[in-house]
Amino acid sequence: MTSIGTGYDLQNSVFSPDGRNFQVEYAVKAVENGGTCIGIRCKNGIILATEKIITSKLLRPGANRRIATVDRNIGVVSAGLVPDGRHFVSRARDEASSWRSTYKAPIPVKALAGRLGSYVQAYTLYSSVRPFGITAIVGGWDTDAETKVDGQVGIGPAVGSGGKVDGAKKGGPGLYMIEPSGLYWGYYGAATGKGRQAAKAELEKLDLSSGTLELEAGVMEAARIIYVAHEDSKDKDFELEMSWVSSVDGPTKGRHEQVPSSLLEEAERRAKKAMEGEDEETGSGEGEKMEE
Amino acid sequence: MNHLPQAWGRPRDDIYGHYDPSHLQTAGPNAHTQQPIVTGTSVLAVKFKDGIVIAADNLASYGSLARFTHVHRLRPFNDRALVGFGGDISDMQYLDRLLNSLDVNENYGSPGHVLNAQNLHTYLSKVMYKRRSDMNPLWNSMLVVGLDGDDKPFLSSVDLLGTTFSSPTLATGFGGHLAQPLLRKLADDESQVKDVTREKAVAAVQECMKVLFYRDARSLDSYSIAVITKEGGVELKEDEQLEGQSWAFADTIRGYGTQVN
Repeated sequence: MTSIGTGYDLQNSVFSPDGRNFQVEYAVKAVENGGTCIGIRCKNGIILATEKIITSKLLRPGANRRIATVDRNIGVVSAGLVPDGRHFVSRARDEASSWRSTYKAPIPVKALAGRLGSYVQAYTLYSSVRPFGITAIVGGWDTDAETKVDGQVGIGPAVGSGGKVDGAKKGGPGLYMIEPSGLYWGYYGAATGKGRQAAKAELEKLDLSSGTLELEAGVMEAARIIYVAHEDSKDKDFELEMSWVSSVDGPTKGRHEQVPSSLLEEAERRAKKAMEGEDEETGSGEGEKMEE
Repeated sequence: MNHLPQAWGRPRDDIYGHYDPSHLQTAGPNAHTQQPIVTGTSVLAVKFKDGIVIAADNLASYGSLARFTHVHRLRPFNDRALVGFGGDISDMQYLDRLLNSLDVNENYGSPGHVLNAQNLHTYLSKVMYKRRSDMNPLWNSMLVVGLDGDDKPFLSSVDLLGTTFSSPTLATGFGGHLAQPLLRKLADDESQVKDVTREKAVAAVQECMKVLFYRDARSLDSYSIAVITKEGGVELKEDEQLEGQSWAFADTIRGYGTQVN
């Protein structure tokens, strides 16, 4: 790397003459080695999935979950340093609870992403800290149903002003990805970690911006994409972990939950089948080439 | 600059000296609750064969003034527990928010685990006892209803001192005097609960709500009622109206109000 020997990579928050913060770039390297994580914004919800590399056969299957819940309706998954991810989730939960104590309502996904973006960015500013070695995907569903504020007692006035705007559109799915620099954007489909390139290529094929992908179909796609992204590190065992959030009238009733095991197994079965099918296709393709 | 976020943006100690934290405090003594202000009256609950019925009216009184008439005092916790609040309404609101945050935090642990009514009752009793020991009580008496760890009906009370009490029928406030004796006719002890049907329990509670509306001057004829069973979860109806009232007896009462004789 060009930075080596120049000295501009020895301290956080210091610019190099060509305007780069090398410590942040090294943090990105940590992320690039992490297990693949994806998020999909569907018509009626959000799906988060991650490839959890099994580091030891002594670990209990299904334990040490990587996807965390924040408040009731938001999920967070991150690629990179696991402890940094845990701290990030803990901060997200603090932000969600502080938002509730101020506004007496759940934090919107957009606002949480903003708060977390600012938090991560603050760790690029000081020489006494290092940047977060994670890229996190934050996804959730802001309720579109009529809801009471926390601890609401009684009802507002039946006529006159009640602070409500008729026909105002509110709520819906939100999906954001936050990088070690603090940069965050909203996405239709987000991918990070080792297999992000393959995952992004697959996500782009889904036409997510049309907002037509159903949640259940999204679960199948998410599982398949994680399997596709795992192709390059086939020598390592992994567990597929997946969670979803739907609207109040959807399967999760507005809550962020693990995808039920029956659906997860079905999705994994189909994903494996699709991978086998692909192998056969490429196999026969090579055969044709040989004949030529 | 150091790595402690609370130090960020503050004057550096080594240059400006130690920051005097007393600047962050407001002067004056701490004031503790001396009496409730806006209050709710009785809460009633009865166990039946496979569940619990609980009811409370929708009134919040300001002294003797019937100030707020759409106040819902039955607060569902999850699909297997509910708390009925009597006493101070703002303390109820505080506790409701506290329980909401408890539920959110509980969900961060292992998935699939939920707090049952018995857990909730234990938690509430500890909160109430802590507050009374601080000489700053939350001025409520509550009935916690729902299902316990074995999915059996659960009913227990907590009050502002942290006192707990359990019985097949319970009533707080004025209901403790007026409704409790009537409800005991339905089930006097735990062994009789198995003979109480849901219909009988609901009818008895509705009847008691009517008696309370007749005789408790801080009550209202619009009320909330909830039935909790294993199968149906929490079935809460919040805008019920007392039916079949008869005020004929009122004519025969003498000695109060404006009558001459």
